[in-house]
Formats: sequence, C-alpha cells, structure tokens
Amino acid sequence: MNLEYSAEEIAFRDEVRAFIRDNYPAHLRDIESRDKMNREDFLAWHKILGKKGWSAPAWPVEYGGTGWTSTQRYIWGEENALAETTPLLPFGLSMVAPVIYTFGTPEQKAYYLPRILSGEDWWCQGYSEPGAGSDLAGLRTTAVRKGDKYIVNGQKTWTTLAQYADWGFFLCRTDPDAKKQEGISFILIDMKSPGVTVRPIIMLDGGHEVNDVYLDNVEVPVENLVGKENQGWTCAKFLLAHERSGIAGVARSKRGVERLKDLARAELADDGGPLIRDDDFRRKIAELEIDLSALEYTELRVLANEHAGKGPGVESSLLKVKGTEIQQRLTELAMEAVGNYTMPYFRSAGDGNDFAVGPDYAKMTAPSYFNMRKTSIFGGSNEIQRNIIAKMVLGL
Amino acid sequence: MDFNFTDEQTMLRDSIAKFVAAEYDFDKRKAILKSADGWSKKAWATFAELGLMAAPLPEEYGGLGGGPVDTLVIMEEFGKGLVVEPWLQTVVIGGGFLKHAGSEAQKQEHIAAIASGERIVAFAYAEPKGRYNLSDVSTTAKKDGAGYVINGHKAVVIGAPQADHLIVTARTAGGQRDAKGVSAFIVAKNAKGVTTRDYATIDGFRASEVYFENVSVGADALIGAADGALPLVEKVVDEAIAGLCAEAVGTFRLMHSLTLEYARQRKQFGVAIGSFQVLQHRMVDMFMATEQSISMAYMATLKLDESDTERAKAVSAAKVQIGKSGRFIGQAAVQIHGGMGVTEEMRVGHYFKRATMIDAQFGNVDHHVKKFTNLSMPQAA
Repeated sequence: MNLEYSAEEIAFRDEVRAFIRDNYPAHLRDIESRDKMNREDFLAWHKILGKKGWSAPAWPVEYGGTGWTSTQRYIWGEENALAETTPLLPFGLSMVAPVIYTFGTPEQKAYYLPRILSGEDWWCQGYSEPGAGSDLAGLRTTAVRKGDKYIVNGQKTWTTLAQYADWGFFLCRTDPDAKKQEGISFILIDMKSPGVTVRPIIMLDGGHEVNDVYLDNVEVPVENLVGKENQGWTCAKFLLAHERSGIAGVARSKRGVERLKDLARAELADDGGPLIRDDDFRRKIAELEIDLSALEYTELRVLANEHAGKGPGVESSLLKVKGTEIQQRLTELAMEAVGNYTMPYFRSAGDGNDFAVGPDYAKMTAPSYFNMRKTSIFGGSNEIQRNIIAKMVLGL
Repeated sequence: MDFNFTDEQTMLRDSIAKFVAAEYDFDKRKAILKSADGWSKKAWATFAELGLMAAPLPEEYGGLGGGPVDTLVIMEEFGKGLVVEPWLQTVVIGGGFLKHAGSEAQKQEHIAAIASGERIVAFAYAEPKGRYNLSDVSTTAKKDGAGYVINGHKAVVIGAPQADHLIVTARTAGGQRDAKGVSAFIVAKNAKGVTTRDYATIDGFRASEVYFENVSVGADALIGAADGALPLVEKVVDEAIAGLCAEAVGTFRLMHSLTLEYARQRKQFGVAIGSFQVLQHRMVDMFMATEQSISMAYMATLKLDESDTERAKAVSAAKVQIGKSGRFIGQAAVQIHGGMGVTEEMRVGHYFKRATMIDAQFGNVDHHVKKFTNLSMPQAA
C-alpha cells in the first residue's frame, strides 16, 4: 500500500494541467457558481476535449476511451476541479454510451459513439414518469411494434436539459403482460420526431433544468432498440450503476471546500472578525472536510477495485449517498456563510434583478442550495440506494 | 497509488485470525480477563513467535523491518479479537520512541528485547489534569548531576501493570503547558521511587496510576533531545492513533457482522427483524460508516511518513471520523440486539465497550476536530 504518484503519473499530471491551462475558455472558468449556463456553455469544453480525444476517459479504448489507469483518471478529475472547468454532461458520455458499447449492435456503436465523443449529439434520459419515480419498473410508457417501427406513447418527467437534446434514451413497456421488470425495452428516440413535446418544469432556483416529455404516437425505427426486446431492465440497471459511480464528485467537492473557505474569509462574523475564525463555523467546515476525506479514500479504494477488473458494483450506491450529502452540505454552508445577501432572488441577467445586489459570490448561494436538494433524490433516491445495499451487500 | 496488501501482510493477518479463533475466542478471552493478572503471558509468547513484536521494528535490532501497514494489519485483527495484551504500547509506542530517537545503546538494549517478546513497555504521558494536551506536563525531571530526578503522577497508563519499562514524559524546562521543555525518558518500572496502583479498565485492559517520587535516572534514560521531545511525542502518538484506528475498524466489522447475523435470526411479529426497512437502513448506515472508517484508517496509516502537518491532519481526521463512527455503529449494534445487547452475555457489547474507549484514548472527537480545524484553517491566515 502507498499513496505516491509514479514519475509517469507526475508527468501525466503536468501534461493535463498544461492542456487545461492552454485550452480551457477563460470566460467559462467557475461559471457554475457565478451564473446560469446556456447550451454553448455546457458544450464548449466537451467539444475541445472531443477533438483532443479526451472526452471519455472511462470508455474502452476501442470505442474512443483514453486507456488511462484509474489513477490517471483520478488525476484528470482533480485537475479539472482545480481549474474549475465545467463538468461534462453525463447523459451521452457516461449513461447511454456504456449501454450502447455493451449491449448495442455494431451499427449502433459506429453511428452513435463518435457523435457522443465529439459532443455533436446532445442526449437526454427518458426514465422517470409521473407514476414511476423510485419505483422505476412501474413505468407505463408503451412501445408497440408495428412492422419495422415502434409506436411510442406516454409521458416521461424530470428529463434534464431535454430542451437542448437531439436524442433521448427511453425505457418503454413492450410487453404489457409480463412481470414488471420483464416487459421493458431500451429504445433510442430522435427528439425531433413528430409527436415529441418538451414542456419546461421550473425548479426552486427559478432555473429551467428539467422537463416533462410527452410522447404521442411517436414512430421509432426498430433498429433503435438497444439489446433485446423486453430485456431493457438489464440495460437500465447497468446504466444506473454507471451513473452512480461518477456521482461522488470528490474532486469538485474538494474545490468546493476551498471556495467555502474563501467565502468564510471574505465574510465577517458577528464579532467583526473573519467568519473563518468563528469557532462554530470553522468547525462545520472542518467536519465537512473530514467527511470528504473519508469519501475520497473510499472512492480511491473503489477505483482500485475497478482497475483490478471489477466493474462499478454496489459500492457506487455508497459513493452516491455520501457524495450527495457532502455536495448538499457545501451549498448549505455557503448559504449560511453569506448571511443577508443570500436572500436577493437572482434568476439570470436581465431577468428581474438586473442590477447587482450584494457581493458577486453571494448571488448563487441560495439558488444552489435549493437546486442541490435534487441530488439525494435523483439517480435512485438515497433511500433506494440503502435498499440496494441492504439487498445486494448485506443480503437482507 | 496502491491499496493492496503484500502476500506477507495477508499471511500475517491470517495467522492472527487463526490464533484468535483457536486461542482467544469469547470464552477464552473471558477467562483471561478474569485471571489474577488479567492478561495472557501465553498469548504474548505466541505473538512473539508469530513475529508480531518484530514486524514493524528495524532489522538491525532484531526486527523484521516492516512498517505502518503491518501495524494496521495486526491492530485490525486485534480489534476483531478484542486482544487486551499491550502490544500497541510496547511495540508501536515503546518501539516507536526508540527507533525514531533512541541512542545506539538504547536501541541495542531495548529494541531487540521488545522484538523477542521479553520486554513490555507502557507509555506514561497522561496526567490527572492534563486531559489530551500532550504538552500539558506537570511531572518534573530536575537535572541532578549527570542525570535527572523525576517527580509526578501519571494517569491511566495502559499496560503499566504488565510493563517492565515505562516511557515517561516530564518537564525539564518551561511552564506547565509550554511546548518547549518536555523531555522523554525510559525508566525501569522497578526503579526506586516508582509505585503503581493497578486496575482494570471497562474494556478489559489493565492500567495503573503511576507515581514517581524522587526517581533518579541516568542521562542515558533520556530519549532524544532534552526539552525538545514534544515533536517526537506527537509523532509517536500519531502512529499509535493510526494503530487504534485500525483496531477500531476491527471492532466495527465485528459489530456490523454480529448485528446482521442477529437481525437475520431474531424473530418478532412472526418475521426476522432484519426484514424491517427501518432496521435495514440502520444496518446500511453501519456498513457505510465501517467502509468510511476503513478508508480513513488506510489514509492515516499511509500518511504517517509525510510532513508533520500533513501527518497530523490525516491522523486527526481519521480519529474524528472513527470516533463518530464508533459511537454510531456501537449504539446501533446494541440497539438492534435489543435487551441482549446491554448484557455481558453477548459478544457485541464487548466490542461496543472497546470501540467507545478508543474514542477516549489519545484525544476524542472534539479534541481532534479542534486540532484538525487549526491545521486546516490556521488562525494567522
């Protein structure tokens, strides 16, 4: 056991650090904590990395992965967090793509994967429904085979950034008579198809991040089925495990702790001294930092296992629970740190409050707090994660 | 980066697990605790035969040249077995002081004796009013010719009843809480003027109140620099804490598995209580706390050789996390065992006691949160 980087790993770190420094658009640095992001903001870094061949470090090399070791991937995450780059969206790169390269046909791989790598296609996820949240297998959207087409009808919800999406991956019921999990198929749908309607849902922070997606007699070619018909649940579970493994967000939370300390240095406590010297507040930061350290080394142990050939397993449920608790706690403390100036309602430039109120670092604190409550709910709520661990690890 | 154990470390682990299963199970341990001395010389001899004393000590003095990861493996297995012999005090603390700062003569005299199992060392540092502050030392060592005369009272010295030598911190200069002026000495327990009151601790260890009354020692009793021992004490204590964290992990693993086992077989309302979601989630939280603790025990162990600040931060972070986890896992384990959990008849309560006392050793959660906070956010910054 040791924690040291080899000479090659140090050289790698220097290389990626230099690449980020030279190529990351300066105006997007740390944009998340300052402003709302538009479509181009989300895609800019993805496209740059696509050209470099670095947009999907976790993929197998044959499909465009980088072939990096788990330590190199860890370094990559750390460097991106340090440089405060925008995170790449997961829907294509780390959700649908692993399903396609694991279960897809050669034609599907050849068509979709390069377009995901480059950032050409924007993907969204059609999983949840109004009546199927944590109980995902209760979904009712149907896909009925007619000749060489599926006719899809139903409603999906919480579809993140569907307003920008070119494609969506959908779970649809293809056998209404089968047992819950057994009649589901994993189908790719062109979001520009007739019959697809996207309606915004506005979140507590005022942001348009998620949507309802209505599917009204949408015709989908049968070659858009991934894996076998009625075996979509296998894909769905596989994807959820992948989705969770990146969810710990350790490197970004480490950066978040540093930002929180900066806030606490800038803000004053009631006694007029810097907030960071206030005993109660500094203890809260320290305890969060310690929790994060425990998560970091747990993730490193999980990565080491993965590198030894074991795929993301149920450990990812643990990372999801602890990672999201920490992300939420960070936003909570940032909001507490800025005191009164967390209150003004910032939507976006020119939208109501178009004059600056309070320090720049304060304006996203309350919106972030409200927004981040989603993290313990999405991707399988943290209670569902506990059910998974109880069943799969503890055998209860 | 590498989180694997070597084959030797795995063999070491297996040999201790085998020993615990055969010679140190629940009933045998109970008999050991009930014996007049409260510990097992036979077990101690077996540890020496298995190479546990020699494992982390330097080869040139009869050790096996291992390091902190060997200590982690040994302490984790000791945690699973609730071993009460003073291995940590003797090998990690006694051996640690000597290998880091002992003179050539001290190393020759003591390390080989520790490695062979002949020497038992206890660490007399805490004082009745010093709490966890390592520089709060009112015991004095006054210069007397070439040597020193030691006077003072050391509190809850774990392993002192078994020990033949004590490592003592004493003030050679400065005020009661000054960082400078602390010195470390190795003193034979049978030296004139050393008296002890021996007792058992609630978790089955043996300890003493140790009194020094005009105890004369030679200059050769001093370990490291006079007046400047505090950094050494801090380093060795951090190494001991990393060992305690590993021991805690052993107790956590057992509390978790015993609780699972119990919840599967205990029936109420006609079903196994493990089928209740509220208990399942509690046991999942115990699992997560255990995994986080394993991670922190590794982290602290692997950072022991970093700079003083990095080492201290890592160790304090681990001690905080493990202190909180121990409280949570222990209380949950007892709660899920129901009434049986608060009796001496079930194994789980004994792990609960040990896990709880680990938090009280070398600084509890509050102590280490404060320490970590000041290292992470220096007041001057």
